[in-house]
Amino acid sequence: MIEVTALSKRYGAVTAVDGLTFTVPGGAVTGFLGPNGAGKSTTMRMVLGLDAPSAGSVTVNGKPYAGYRRPLREVGALLDAKAVAGGRTAYNHLLWLALSNGIPRSRVAEVLRQVGLATAGGKRVGGFSLGMAQRLGIAAALLGDPPVLMFDEPVNGLDPEGVAWIRTLLRALAAEGRTVFLSSHLMSEMALTADRLVVVGRGRLIAETAVADLLATGSGNYIRVRTPEPGELGALLTARGATVARESDGALRVTGTTADVVGELARVRGLGLLELSAQQMSLEQRYLELTRDAVEYQTDALAPTAAPTPK
Amino acid sequence: MTVAATTAAAATAPDPAVRRRGDFTNVARAELAKLRTVRSTYWTLLVAFAANIGFAVLAASLIAPRLGARDRANVDVVRLALAGLHLSQIAFGVLGVLVITSEYSTGMIRTTLAATPRRRTLLAAKALVLSGVTLVTATASTFAAYLAFQAALPAGIFAGTSWSGPGVARAVFGGGLYLTALGLLGFGLGAVLRSSTGAIATLFGLLFVPPLLLDLLPGSWKSAVGPYVPMESGGQVYIAVHYDPGSLGPWGGFAVFCLYAAAAALAGFALINHRDA
Repeated sequence: MIEVTALSKRYGAVTAVDGLTFTVPGGAVTGFLGPNGAGKSTTMRMVLGLDAPSAGSVTVNGKPYAGYRRPLREVGALLDAKAVAGGRTAYNHLLWLALSNGIPRSRVAEVLRQVGLATAGGKRVGGFSLGMAQRLGIAAALLGDPPVLMFDEPVNGLDPEGVAWIRTLLRALAAEGRTVFLSSHLMSEMALTADRLVVVGRGRLIAETAVADLLATGSGNYIRVRTPEPGELGALLTARGATVARESDGALRVTGTTADVVGELARVRGLGLLELSAQQMSLEQRYLELTRDAVEYQTDALAPTAAPTPK
Repeated sequence: MTVAATTAAAATAPDPAVRRRGDFTNVARAELAKLRTVRSTYWTLLVAFAANIGFAVLAASLIAPRLGARDRANVDVVRLALAGLHLSQIAFGVLGVLVITSEYSTGMIRTTLAATPRRRTLLAAKALVLSGVTLVTATASTFAAYLAFQAALPAGIFAGTSWSGPGVARAVFGGGLYLTALGLLGFGLGAVLRSSTGAIATLFGLLFVPPLLLDLLPGSWKSAVGPYVPMESGGQVYIAVHYDPGSLGPWGGFAVFCLYAAAAALAGFALINHRDA
């Protein structure tokens, strides 16, 4: 478990993190979302004691990070895959990490195999592609078999096989009861991987919620109904207090009620149903909605092309 | 929550199959592994050895035979033999700098500090490993240089060049000590400045600029300040007999030199806990 309490970090006049309070529980994958410059990396660095907070505190399983004698056995983190000494081989990089925390040497070959770098152990890290460097960083995080894992953009540079592998790995680690905390900008992956979300913007907390709850409360959620008797069904639903609109393809766009109610109503009145589905706003859309006012580096306004919502 | 607690306990409980080692030993072993697994370490040592041995041979075969009788009486044999130290000191100084600054330049310092959040322990382990490796290799190189010098020296030029000659063994060993302290000086500068180029430039400045400046000063200044500048003070320890006029002597001079190294290192220790990674 990671506990962040009133955490703040100021760099001169700039406040990067402003009174953040949230908890990352064990047994779940928690996503850390926010626009660029929102303070995510700074927060993660403060969890590891790399930067000192200006105010507030952060603890891991009840203790500050620096209080652990063998911290790699407590928290495994990947912050920047490219921050390695290029002249060293992958094996040697993991070897010194293992030695520093009294981790058995055998773990090095084990984690290399686990991340798919078994044949690349003897290669110099400087020659690694971004994807390979990411895998090495993940291997380093897993080295101490820690109960808490923290990843900053773990899927960066990974091929589709790697992306699917990471998703499966993170969910398996959470299922084992570990604390998994990851930040990522890849919304489609986050929607499939995370159970909970912490959303920050301009250094402040915007939302701390379960993914399912966030998606269920989307303002753009609606029920899509196709029926041979759209006018009749529409009138019945409106009478029940729902709002009904017609789509360009003839389907009904219903808000203010549930799909179960629509289906039951159609059955009872003997109306045919060709299609009945609950359409949710994607995580990307919900996230953009939440953080619209908190974007630090705003691009020119264009009409956003919403990714198709599978549901 | 129970599952998490159990997993947490299981993951952090010490593995009985692993021999329990002290924390400092672990960090030191990791630092030694780091030093051993980069090519720059080996290149630096190769340059140092080549410089020391190469210049020893040159001194013996080219300089020594051409010395006049008065020079032969006044030149210090070990200092002549260890002429290569002027070059190898750069190699060892740079090695000391890189041990710490390469972490910052690659960004690996964050991984290192995540593995060892106790920063002074980390610095101490780095300093210890650096000193140990440097002492062994530098002393080996000075001994090798002196042997090469003796081998290349035409017979009968100097008296008292054997190992039993006055101050010879101490001076040759002193060369190793000088290079070790120099490595630590580089290390301290690197820890303070956190930049390879900055620390190396400062190291060069500390070593080579004072002698140049001193030549511009009036004689009284020169004789008062001169013996205390880094290369002058430290350099006495690898002189067997013929010390510079007004010098602090081998151990006095070396002690002053060690103060420079200690000051830089202590500044590094003081700063590392107060700066973000």
